Amino acid sequence: MSPLLEAEGLTLRFGALRALDGVSLALWPGEVVAVVGESGSGKSSLLRALSGLARPEAGRVLYRDAAGAACDVHALSEAERRRIARSDWGHVHQNPRDGLRMGVSAGANIGERLMAAGARHYGGIRAAAAEWMARVELDPARIDDLPRHFSGGMQQRLQIARCLVTRPRLVFMDEPTGGLDVSVQARLLDLIRALVEELGLAVLLVTHDIAAARLLAHRIVVMRQGRIVEEGLADRVLDDPQHPYTQLLVASVLAA
Amino acid sequence: MSPVLVVEGLCKGFTLHLQGGVSFPVLRGESLALMPGECVALAGPSGAGKSTLLRCVAGNYGAGAGRILIRHRGAMRDLAAADARLVREIRTETLGHVSQFLRVIPRVPALDIVAAPLLARGAGRAEARARAAALLARLNLPERLHHLPPATFSGGEQQRVNLARGFVAPNAVLLLDEPTASLDAANRAVVAALIREAKAAGTAILGIFHDSELRDRVADRLHAVDPLEPAA
Ligand SMILES: Nc1ncnc2c1ncn2[C@@H]1O[C@H](COP(=O)(O)OP(=O)(O)O)[C@@H](O)[C@H]1O
Ligand SMILES: [Mg+2]
Repeated sequence: MSPLLEAEGLTLRFGALRALDGVSLALWPGEVVAVVGESGSGKSSLLRALSGLARPEAGRVLYRDAAGAACDVHALSEAERRRIARSDWGHVHQNPRDGLRMGVSAGANIGERLMAAGARHYGGIRAAAAEWMARVELDPARIDDLPRHFSGGMQQRLQIARCLVTRPRLVFMDEPTGGLDVSVQARLLDLIRALVEELGLAVLLVTHDIAAARLLAHRIVVMRQGRIVEEGLADRVLDDPQHPYTQLLVASVLAA
Repeated sequence: MSPVLVVEGLCKGFTLHLQGGVSFPVLRGESLALMPGECVALAGPSGAGKSTLLRCVAGNYGAGAGRILIRHRGAMRDLAAADARLVREIRTETLGHVSQFLRVIPRVPALDIVAAPLLARGAGRAEARARAAALLARLNLPERLHHLPPATFSGGEQQRVNLARGFVAPNAVLLLDEPTASLDAANRAVVAALIREAKAAGTAILGIFHDSELRDRVADRLHAVDPLEPAA
């Protein structure tokens, strides 16, 4: 087995600020890796560089598809990158508005992804949309409602359904519980945990929530000022942190 | 017969960066070996490092120096040097750990927590749940609790869920950290029987037993963990 995604020496600057400073990282099939660190540490820049949305000044990102063929993500044409993003990858954004189309119904939000992946049979698409609404604990009777009429937690679950309906191999999640109430977060985290396990997804999860990382991740990567300061088995990084910054992060949460 | 677990010259210390970088050693050159079916009890005063030793073997703490060899898929693998993926694989197939306290997962019922190790080894959901339920029943956990998340359970109830999770699938090596601390006599007897059955099936057990009666019943020998004098 080889890694699904392999990044080497990623460097990205915004003016004088080094958002990424020589970051290397591998993600294996079925592995959930959480990238933690406080805001501004470079987590989201890393996610954008890995998924090809931001071009690093140095370093490269290799993606291996289901057939085992590797491609350099930043050497792809925009059309090729979009094709892979559509067929193999999924994105869950912090703000559901960035991942949903607010002007079309819940069912269409899910169905659209399927159609982009080649599905054509209307009845089948609608049935799949209803099934996925149920899987993310949304009432399928609301299939024709606009996402605007859903609560924040419901919108986030709809975004997850839209993302997972095409069975991506690799999912990028950026603070998926970020804007939600604590009570809603727990439910969403549990739903993500169950779906990821069931589908055997590889996930790159960016979060500043240490408890979320403990719950979901197999491995944790700690970032600070654009660099990885520590990484390893999730429970070991949290229970036996080595780097001063990791110790500070762990000590700052009540009971992770 | 050859050992399933060999600890060689294990050292472990901690550096507390938030406390001015104070460093202290806890384990210095621990060595021990376990044969299949053998139960070794760690002995030593509170704070000596018994739990630290278990956690190093579990991969939960990183080893400072030394080797922790475990027989996995027919070969001796060094847990002290293993990467995260190998540690996960070893935990799934070979090594069980019953920690002192259950870590509850929001919304996941007791039954599914116990069934998880079986599912991870490829058992079907119905079979895994049935075996989990049978073991919880044997540990006298009322059936109405099987379908609830253990967050609200008493200490003893949580401990029984944790024990069931550790014993539900056979392991080559099983680590037990004070498995009966909050159990009554009847449940302590169940745990003693589970340990004896696991040993008979070839599981090597490394445990910390506060309960000396249980320890005398199940342990084949003791391994002393001595507190280290703080460096002068
Ligand atoms: N994660 C940790 N960080 C810092 N110190 C720790 C950690 N875990 C254990 N220790 C320290 O290691 C020593 C041994 O503790 P422990 O292994 O729990 O002893 P025992 O199980 O023998 O009572 C204690 O001084 C304890 O405070
Ligand atoms: Mg202890």
